[in-house]
Amino acid sequence: MHIAELKRKSIESRKKILKYIYNAKAGHTGGSLSIVDILNVLYNDVMNISPENFNSKNKDVFIQSKGHSVEALYVVLADKGFFPEEDLLSLCQYNSPYIGHPTKSIPGIEQNTGGLGHGLPICAGAALAAKKDNSDAKVFTILGDGEMAEGSNWEAMMFASHYKLDNLCAILDYNKLQITASNADVMGLEPIDKKLEAFGWAVTHVDGHDLDELSKTLNSLPLENGKPSFIIAHTTKGKGVSYMENVLKWHHGVPTEEQYNLAIAELDLQLQELETVLK
Amino acid sequence: MVEIKTIDAANLEVFSEVLQSLAATDRDITVVTSDSRGSGKLVPFGQKYPDQIVEVGIAEQNLVGVATGLASMGKKAFAVSPACFLTARALEQIKNDVAYSDNPVKLIGISAGVSYGALGTTHHSLHDFAVLRAINNITIVAPADNYETAEAIKQVAEMHSPVYLRFGKKTMPANLNATGSDFKIGKGRVVQEGSDLTFIATGEAVLPCVEAAKLLEKEHNISCKIISIHTIKPLDSELLLAVAENKKPIITVEEHSINGGLGEAVASLLFQNGNTNKFKIVGLPDDHTVSGSQTEIFNHYGISADGLKNTALNLLSL
Repeated sequence: MHIAELKRKSIESRKKILKYIYNAKAGHTGGSLSIVDILNVLYNDVMNISPENFNSKNKDVFIQSKGHSVEALYVVLADKGFFPEEDLLSLCQYNSPYIGHPTKSIPGIEQNTGGLGHGLPICAGAALAAKKDNSDAKVFTILGDGEMAEGSNWEAMMFASHYKLDNLCAILDYNKLQITASNADVMGLEPIDKKLEAFGWAVTHVDGHDLDELSKTLNSLPLENGKPSFIIAHTTKGKGVSYMENVLKWHHGVPTEEQYNLAIAELDLQLQELETVLK
Repeated sequence: MVEIKTIDAANLEVFSEVLQSLAATDRDITVVTSDSRGSGKLVPFGQKYPDQIVEVGIAEQNLVGVATGLASMGKKAFAVSPACFLTARALEQIKNDVAYSDNPVKLIGISAGVSYGALGTTHHSLHDFAVLRAINNITIVAPADNYETAEAIKQVAEMHSPVYLRFGKKTMPANLNATGSDFKIGKGRVVQEGSDLTFIATGEAVLPCVEAAKLLEKEHNISCKIISIHTIKPLDSELLLAVAENKKPIITVEEHSINGGLGEAVASLLFQNGNTNKFKIVGLPDDHTVSGSQTEIFNHYGISADGLKNTALNLLSL
């Protein structure tokens, strides 16, 4: 997909994320704004996944390990045509299937996630199955940075390199904030690239909001033959809304009416600027 | 077809042999082990079907996660690990990835209960029925003899929903009821008919009931019915309610904590349906487990011919 179209989708997705979180009075706002560019590129420019092929064996697989940023996933899946977008008006409401974490009851979602440190082991198993079946399927996951403290991730890291799963790609949403404070204060990750390399992964850094860079990197996998790929995507929590960016309370903060209108106005301005550049 | 052995063997050995026989014609059978292929008697399986065995190392959470991923792609994934580690270390993976996400992983808890004997509490699984009973969408099976084990493995291989199967490594009878060929997951099995008292047992605790029943018959002319509830969940409520209708005393026996296992499941069912049979739960008490072999531990807590005989006599006020 043309980068300009991806840019338009990212801004529109941000508006939708805020709309449905504001409506629900619940949601993981900061993290959803942090990962939406990655999801946009994966679903619209990289992965072979659509409502038409979702049940076929050779399609790609995506499991969102940081399940709490589900609002971004819902918005991107609705845009792909997996379900009507207006379904999201029931987000987190009584008896709605659109709960605050991904579930398989929603079309387009592979596995129920929400507990952290679960996505990568499952993806590793799926990637191994694809290898055994000589399938072209690639397997992707997005991990949160706070989630990297879960030991199960490191069990799966050892496994994926041991079995040379170069059809597996993990993307770290590295916004450097978690619910309590910064990663550095809660449980330091650095030097994360060296740790991952020591575990046998091919590692690269990208700007997690640069759609062009994300597209180029994710379309040229594996980073190295015979190794699983780890993309450290440097992101900004709350990206796209000035007063939310890098502010801890927006981890699961819900905007007031005034804050919501302000955010939408900022995003509308970004859309206008994009149109101007394109002209 | 899998041949049923007539020579007594450990259920663990039966598991390994049946799985090899299934793998011969089904390339989707995939065994996942956590450095447990030796203790799971799976070395021959690995030699015969190297493409159908996956080693994860000593990493039980990853064991269940990887098995989930394999199952989600259509493999018949058997995650094999000592029951103690599988159902405690990887409990969140069992709850979320297998049960909640409804992936048809076959969780195989080997050397279950107190099979590891003197290795101690770290290696005992006396909690597995209790924790898994409280999780929605998982079948729990504990076969008693070689016949039940072989049938269970064959049926589990074809299940499309989560299942946990546990057994020990001690030699068990080939078939506790030579005329019985009616094994079906979810349906209890009548091992022996009787009219004065009923033993309701599971797994390797069924055998001591058979031995106790012989003593009670010979020494006291007491006739015991014995039911193998190899499926702890879903419980065969139809059979159990029918059993209670004779108003005779009931003794449940299990290689598990008396808290949250078979006994409490049966008690809950019967009490809530108005039954008032005399009732005793035999299992491992809520205490530090005594050290010793599986047999010594069973004897210590009365999961034995003499122990169960005395429990029966007490319940019958004889």
